[in-house]
Amino acid sequence: MFENIGEIILLFWRTLLALPQAWRQRDKVFDQFFEIGNASLLMVCVLSFFIGAVISLQTGPILVERSLASAVGGVVGIAIAKELAPVMMAILIAGRIGSAMAAEIGSMRVYQEIDALRTMNINPIHYLVLPRILAIAVALPMLVVFSVLVGWFGGAMVADMNHRMEIPFRVFFANLRDIVELKDVANGVFKSFCFAIIIGVVSCHQGLVTIGGPRGIGRSVTKAVVNSIVLIVIFDYILTRFLLK
Amino acid sequence: MSDNQNNSSGVGLVVRGLRKSFGGQEVLKGIDIAVKPGEIFVIMGPSGSGKSVLLKHLIGLEEPDAGEIFINGEPLTTPEIAAKYRMALVFQSGALLNSLTVGENVGLYLTEHRLKPADEIKKIVEEKLADVGLKDAVNKMPNELSGGMKKRAAIARALVIEPQLILYDEPTSELDPVSAVVIGDEILDLNHRIHVTSLVVSHDRDLAFGIADRIAVIIDGEIVTVGTPDEVKNFNDPRVKGFLNADFKRDK
Repeated sequence: MFENIGEIILLFWRTLLALPQAWRQRDKVFDQFFEIGNASLLMVCVLSFFIGAVISLQTGPILVERSLASAVGGVVGIAIAKELAPVMMAILIAGRIGSAMAAEIGSMRVYQEIDALRTMNINPIHYLVLPRILAIAVALPMLVVFSVLVGWFGGAMVADMNHRMEIPFRVFFANLRDIVELKDVANGVFKSFCFAIIIGVVSCHQGLVTIGGPRGIGRSVTKAVVNSIVLIVIFDYILTRFLLK
Repeated sequence: MSDNQNNSSGVGLVVRGLRKSFGGQEVLKGIDIAVKPGEIFVIMGPSGSGKSVLLKHLIGLEEPDAGEIFINGEPLTTPEIAAKYRMALVFQSGALLNSLTVGENVGLYLTEHRLKPADEIKKIVEEKLADVGLKDAVNKMPNELSGGMKKRAAIARALVIEPQLILYDEPTSELDPVSAVVIGDEILDLNHRIHVTSLVVSHDRDLAFGIADRIAVIIDGEIVTVGTPDEVKNFNDPRVKGFLNADFKRDK
């Protein structure tokens, strides 16, 4: 991965330079946006609900035993908004959408479709990369907001129904409101925006450098997902450090 | 055939001393060719002789290690000079974008560069597809087409550019003899109708001798001979003879 870091940064820079073309490519951006939403929404919903539920189940009884029941909503709320929703959703999207991007662009590369674009003076970065990165950069933060809300709901439901907690919905959310600020949700959304750029650039780059036949495409897909996840985890630490200041 | 007129007129192409190596292996060893405006020039040679690599240099998909390419006397050194001339490459596989319909593929150049309004693009696409006998394929996806139809769709896509130079990479490979003749006739017809310069790379002897004004034989990255089909047939070189007369060793 690290030997390609220069190429990945260069692709990111070229995509930034292509931003004035964004309006021209709006149809493709919307197509990609809806594809990401359609492919992920149900999965995001299920995953977020159970993440919220399990965090509540893991932390709630311990806090209740120590007479800290009033902190359960806040702990679950902060954990989901600042860390779990952005990271878990980014990993989910890397697996589901990043892999699709690498496979589609990789297959276009292997079957000379990208060469065909070049012979028509159509820049593959404008035509293929820019719409995908813009779409994921908008879609992932939106999915994260949705994930946070569903995660909180899942956490609240378990806190209410589990016999070791029995914290009513109203109390859970009152406590959550006391502790979680809008800034915390914004931090998570900002992180997810950065993760979206990472997934988009890494996956498109991997697609563009694909060589070989179907095996090459498979290798690219695996690399795109693994490299995206590694970079997400590294950048999660860096961004968290930066945002804690 | 529709009677639409193309505004193109063929350009001349000169290649001098073109060299290219991949991983230390020299694939093109100083290629020299001169293609006259409006002619059908076929580069023949066995698989792996460097034909497709040469084409990629001509269209700008590869950078040469050494040598020069001139179009109408101008060196093809900058994108600005390349942009002055309309060149199209018909890929061996067709290279149609699989996510687009045949019609969208054919109109892609005009759509992406916003050269015409949508209704005019639609009309042009229908005309060009009719030119290659694919009038009914406009809404089909590329995976619904046969190999020959894909190549004809790729030719229609090239025609939309109103090219002055069309490069064909193995246009008859993987085709049955009838489809191969259809493609060959298509190349001849275009050449006569719009006077475009056609450079065809192929190992198909029937195609080369059937359509070429002149033929160059490339073997192991070198041009061995250039001439009219008759001159090439009578060229006395064992490698050329071996390639042109290759046959099975069946007992007569």
